[in-house]
Amino acid sequence: MEKSAFPFLPETDAFRYGYSVPTVAIDVAYVAGLARLRLSPEEIETFGNQLEQVLAYVKKLEEVDVQDVVLVGEEKGFQNRLRPDRALPELSTNEALENAPQRGSGLFLVPRILE
Amino acid sequence: MSFAFSTIQELRKQLLAKEVHPKELVESLLDRISSVDSRIKAYNYLHPERALEAAEKADVSLPLGGVPIAVKDLISVRGEPCTCSSRLLEGYIAPYDATVIERLRGAGAILLGRTNMDEFAMGSSTENSAWGVTRNPWDLSRVPGGSSGGSAAAVAAHEAIAALGSDTGGSIRQPAAFCGCVGLKPTYGRVSRYGLTAFASSLDQIGPLTKTVADAALLLEIIAGEDSRDNTCEPEPAPSFSAKLGEEIRGMTLGVPKEYFVSGIDPEVEAAMQKAIAHLEGLGATLREISLPHTSYSIATYYLVATAEASANLARFDGMRYGRRAPGCDDLLETYGRTRDEGFGREVKRRILLGTYSLSSGYYDAYYLRAQKVRMRIREDFLTAFRDCQAIVTPTSPMPAFRLGERTEDPLQMYLADIFTIAVNLAGLCAISVPCGFTQSGLPIGLQIIGPMWKEETVLQVGYAYEQSTNWHTRRPSLGQG
Repeated sequence: MEKSAFPFLPETDAFRYGYSVPTVAIDVAYVAGLARLRLSPEEIETFGNQLEQVLAYVKKLEEVDVQDVVLVGEEKGFQNRLRPDRALPELSTNEALENAPQRGSGLFLVPRILE
Repeated sequence: MSFAFSTIQELRKQLLAKEVHPKELVESLLDRISSVDSRIKAYNYLHPERALEAAEKADVSLPLGGVPIAVKDLISVRGEPCTCSSRLLEGYIAPYDATVIERLRGAGAILLGRTNMDEFAMGSSTENSAWGVTRNPWDLSRVPGGSSGGSAAAVAAHEAIAALGSDTGGSIRQPAAFCGCVGLKPTYGRVSRYGLTAFASSLDQIGPLTKTVADAALLLEIIAGEDSRDNTCEPEPAPSFSAKLGEEIRGMTLGVPKEYFVSGIDPEVEAAMQKAIAHLEGLGATLREISLPHTSYSIATYYLVATAEASANLARFDGMRYGRRAPGCDDLLETYGRTRDEGFGREVKRRILLGTYSLSSGYYDAYYLRAQKVRMRIREDFLTAFRDCQAIVTPTSPMPAFRLGERTEDPLQMYLADIFTIAVNLAGLCAISVPCGFTQSGLPIGLQIIGPMWKEETVLQVGYAYEQSTNWHTRRPSLGQG
């Protein structure tokens, strides 16, 4: 289907043909660090461009008046549903360890955290 | 004659009358799978021995006794892999059953195998799978939709009697539409998510993909209902979803959102929709134009909410307790970084990045919080619309199945495939997709029926009335090139 066929996305063509400069710059390497993702330089560049497009697109949400919006869970009188604090049958240690990449002495073995 | 082409309802009668033994049924499906799945690749893996063993012992007096069901590869089945079509979970064996699996087992169903999907349910084409692409049974050069593309293709190609999928932004309904089967996204909170690998926790729901509306009602009856292990699951007992099937829809008012019928929908999809609307009128329903004014914001809202939740949910895949761990790393951060880089595919990384960014310090209010507020506006649109109608009808997807590779390099274009389904998840509603026609080249088209929260009975009733008075659901795919 032709992209022009999407009236929902008037900006899309502009992104695709590059005649609109995205207004959102994103430091992908920094965000990747926060997300614990080690990306290649090629990925950083490609994702950077794509994410800038998506972020420029989502800027359209600024058009919506959200002043008096009350979020679910923030209404007056909202009560969280809690369950009784009761121990239930859970996985045994062995079952929990079965998928561990490394284990020993009934524990998960992980890389050293403190020097 | 193969039993693979039957519906659950048909098989139930035959099983109870002892015209077929569950073992014959499983064998029949395994034959069908071995003759067609090399072309479709609906399944990530099968467990023929287990299925045959379960069939031997099946109690056909149970509601699903002896009926084989396929399950999307992100729902935990004790003792079986649950890869989410990701390299990160290669070799992982689930140590417990999801609630829906416990319920299927309790109802006597036989678990046949695990179906392919977009990695961690992120995608609309089942092309983002580490285990290869699934093809559309109606045209092998096209996608089956996604992310539950394997489940939809398995049902459409008669490699499964029915299947479970999950729907976060359309992942049951859109593949059902692309593959010409029935797909039901229950109300948020109707079905327990315990044991469903979380993508976006405020949007995810498990639901059935079936050959008929009656089968969808039956499967939903089995899997729905309170679960103390998922506090978002509704404690009210689920009603009998089959009860209203067959009741006529005369006098019912159905809404047609004007924002969904603007120019731009594929002309054949639009023509099929107009016919479906006329058909529903012929059945005595009153069709009425309604407005959902915030429709054009739903994709942007979804991609902020869903990716934010995904970035948090997928933090658990760190290579420490299960799944892949990159070898030969010097320290913890390198292990995390390389494990996730090697384990996740591109779309997953893209979404984790977007979600991490929009939740990061200084951006939360501008992106995530604003998206959650716009989400409330979208929800209000539906609440207002449902004052004037009992259900809303729309196309499930603006286009029929697209070609493999056509959209993989353009995330925004791929996201658009979900334009008509996404708002339903944002608003927590229920919706069903039923076949409503074919394009000239033979591709299925889906009709989406959206209901208010907890009104699955209504969407099933309308879907059933439409299905039973048309014959789209009786066509079979050729499994060839279109």
